[in-house]
Amino acid sequence: MSPVNSVLGSPIKRREDPALITGKGKYTDDLKVFGMLSAVMVRSPFAHARIKSIDTAAAQAMPGVIAVYTAADAEAAGMPGLVPVGWLLDTLKTPPHPMLASEKVNHVGDAVAVVVAEDRYVARDAADAVLVDYEPLSACTNPKDAISDGQAQIHDEAPSNIAFDWEIGDQAKTAAAFAAAAETVRCDLRNQRLIPHAIEPRAVLADWNEATGEMTIHLTTQNPHVHRLLMCLSSIGLPEHKVRVIAPEVGGGFGSKIHHYADETIIAMCSKLCGRPVKWAATRTETNQTDAHGRDHVTSAELALDQDGKILGLRVSTYANMGAYLSTFAPAVPTYLYGTLLSGQYDIPAIYGHVVGAFTNTSPVDAYRGAGRPEATFLVERLMHLAGEATGLGPVEIRKRNFLTPDQFPFETQVALTYDSGNYGPAMDRALEMLGYEQLLADQEQRRQSPNGKQIGIGFSAYIEACGLAPSAVVGSLGAQAGQWESAELRVHPTGSVTVYTGSSSTGQGHKTSFSQIVADRLQLDVSQVEVIQGDTDLVQFGMGSYGSRSGAVGGSAIARSTDKILDKAKLIAGHLLEAAPEDLDFKDGSFCVRGSADHSVAWGDVALQAYLAHNYPENLEPGLVASAFYDPENFTYPFGTHICVVEIDPETGTTELLRYVAVDDVGNVINPMIVDGQIHGGLAQGIGQALWEGAHYDEDGQLLTSSLLDYAVPKMHNLIDFELDRTVTPCPHNPLGVKGVGEAGAIASPPAVVNAVMDALAPWKIQHLDMPLTSEKVWAAVHSQ
Amino acid sequence: MGITIELEVNGQPVKREVEARTLLVHFLREDLNLTGTNVGCETSVCGACTVHVDGKAIKSCTQLAVQCDGAKVTTIEGLASNGELHPMQSAFWEEHGLQCGYCTPGMIMAATHLLDNNPSPTEAQIREGLKGNLCRCTGYQNIIKAVQTAAGAEG
Ligand code: FES
Ligand code: FES
Repeated sequence: MSPVNSVLGSPIKRREDPALITGKGKYTDDLKVFGMLSAVMVRSPFAHARIKSIDTAAAQAMPGVIAVYTAADAEAAGMPGLVPVGWLLDTLKTPPHPMLASEKVNHVGDAVAVVVAEDRYVARDAADAVLVDYEPLSACTNPKDAISDGQAQIHDEAPSNIAFDWEIGDQAKTAAAFAAAAETVRCDLRNQRLIPHAIEPRAVLADWNEATGEMTIHLTTQNPHVHRLLMCLSSIGLPEHKVRVIAPEVGGGFGSKIHHYADETIIAMCSKLCGRPVKWAATRTETNQTDAHGRDHVTSAELALDQDGKILGLRVSTYANMGAYLSTFAPAVPTYLYGTLLSGQYDIPAIYGHVVGAFTNTSPVDAYRGAGRPEATFLVERLMHLAGEATGLGPVEIRKRNFLTPDQFPFETQVALTYDSGNYGPAMDRALEMLGYEQLLADQEQRRQSPNGKQIGIGFSAYIEACGLAPSAVVGSLGAQAGQWESAELRVHPTGSVTVYTGSSSTGQGHKTSFSQIVADRLQLDVSQVEVIQGDTDLVQFGMGSYGSRSGAVGGSAIARSTDKILDKAKLIAGHLLEAAPEDLDFKDGSFCVRGSADHSVAWGDVALQAYLAHNYPENLEPGLVASAFYDPENFTYPFGTHICVVEIDPETGTTELLRYVAVDDVGNVINPMIVDGQIHGGLAQGIGQALWEGAHYDEDGQLLTSSLLDYAVPKMHNLIDFELDRTVTPCPHNPLGVKGVGEAGAIASPPAVVNAVMDALAPWKIQHLDMPLTSEKVWAAVHSQ
Repeated sequence: MGITIELEVNGQPVKREVEARTLLVHFLREDLNLTGTNVGCETSVCGACTVHVDGKAIKSCTQLAVQCDGAKVTTIEGLASNGELHPMQSAFWEEHGLQCGYCTPGMIMAATHLLDNNPSPTEAQIREGLKGNLCRCTGYQNIIKAVQTAAGAEG
């Protein structure tokens, strides 16, 4: 780890906070532009229906209404209006996804028209006056049912609603492993559908300039350049250099603001056709109906073990719900971000995974915090829990016996990844020590003496994730339609201060703070001398954005690389000023000095100034002190750790109370420990939410029953407890900072820790598995059906 | 038809004509440009819109502007005084009580009201007292620390 007195590794207070704690932060819906209009979408109330007619006349006639547009108007605006998919698989069916439906709607919330009016109240009224005549069709919502005979057929291009059929690993080898097994355990489970619930709903402000042909779009996005690219390739019908996408403050994303949504292009169309700026902000109900959801797998998983409890093989079959259309990165989530994680922290000699993606009449499903990795971790860690019970080895020994050992790295798994580093035992030992495991086991035993009393359960999760997405050539070979490098540019000003332009784009992770720490550390400046610019396609050269826990490992590495280029050039200038060879210079205390004669030195500021004066300057060197880097990582990064949850179950009521949550994570080197801990806290809250309370529900007609915060249980303050965190540090061996990424770890690790704890508490009732969320009702019913 | 209301917002007298159905949150954000107060739902659950009306923390998405005729309203923009952050604002900064910041204005307004009524709350009282404000980023742990820090600073 970096020395504690270094700016790198210090918990410095966030530079973004003064604006946010005083109400001065500007989110998209806070923006006002002269002449701005308000838009409201008209959305389908049916999950599956044919559109017989759309009558906009009454709405058009209302005072204050400027226009009502339908699919027919997209053509007039010169917009292809197709929402693209950015990741392809060999067997993938890609039915068209029009931004406005004209023939058929495929999920509740599918947009059919848009109303533009002088203010949002008028637009809202008028939206209700648009008359759409629907002929309802039968709907399907469950991915496993959707592909069977007699189900509603959603897209002509995808017979039996099959979006893809994909496999990984070695089927024959795995079958042989099962044939040779002394013990097998099995878990049939539903990894339930989640709604991301960034507290800021999505919003768009589009401003078309007829004279210049330029479209400026303020957007709630995690990756403005990717939005612009996808729009220009497929939906907006404008060249990339004429579109500017800006992410102002963004109020959380968790994946949901990665994807290109129809709404962006619809609002751009409104601005183009009205010739005025147009703003739209989703209501929470719209957000829940149209934000890409997460998870939604129906899975059977089995583990084969030998007589000593060593794993011989793992076999997994999953039906993944894709929703009504393929969202931006949706095909990657239940395949390459899921199947490749099936080896967990373990030495598993044979693995086979089979995934069928199915279209259903539900909101599209795409990346949500963790994206595929929580689903993989959940089944692996549930199986390890069951294996610990079946073999009698218990949750600790079964894991330790199968952990990869430090001498096995780099380790090539059976599912296409090469783990670069890892040291799993110490993280688990530290977590056990923090927990006081022996004492808890004794308490648990004592509670079990009174079978009707409250029971204690202890649940483990030893997780790994592959993040820091990703080596471009590798993801390209797997179907990504984009590279996954990141870019950074550093401009040193003549007075020595620095502006950093990063392709990462924050939705609350504190980039301005962490990134200025990276630069300040390397250039020996105070962080206040470094400004960070992000989230604007006109200012930043290009960026892949922030998702997959990549901002530190990939975005930060690009910044480190460009800073090093700056230092190299500065040394040439300093060498010239000091009449010394650049390789004989040291950079210390903010000055370049000739090694061995410390008083022979030139300060950083003087070098920066000389770079712009170029009066006393090396021959053949261009003036200026600017550098950019495109950093393409060599490999994914592999954070890991052990989480342990302790719960108390009341068999009388089925209520689960969280008693303890211990998390020991290894995210490599740490730039700002305060920010890193905050990321873990937030991830835990979401993962614990999935385990105990959250879930999106559709009825059999495809109505979303959890379309508001009254029906969808985002964890509240009194639901959660104080988490106990610690870290081990195994630096990433292949990036310049040794960092791995931390945004998703909490959400990946915690669901199985909590569910294993509840199942452990319920062990006396011999209940094999309950699906998340483990509500009181579900637990009570399970206990009382025994 | 518009209705004229007169009220005090962040210490300033305000007189405006509003539609009867205008929500307080939209009045503050769109008529007065006080966009620090946010909207996260339409069911009075998230608390992003929390402001003070006559010294009480209320959800401004569920109150009509006309109901505030004659009232004293304080928003996040009115919390700092003479350029000095309110101790609760400083504490949120100090303890990393925010990430994306979207819930933060509402959370701070709810938290200051909590301390007005109970200057040194226990952790459980804070959790109970602020359960009407959702945060999706922080897991709440550092928000609780911030409230405790502010309570210490004020106490
Ligand atoms: S906006 Fe959610 S409670 Fe007011
Ligand atoms: S800081 Fe993002 S919702 Fe609370």
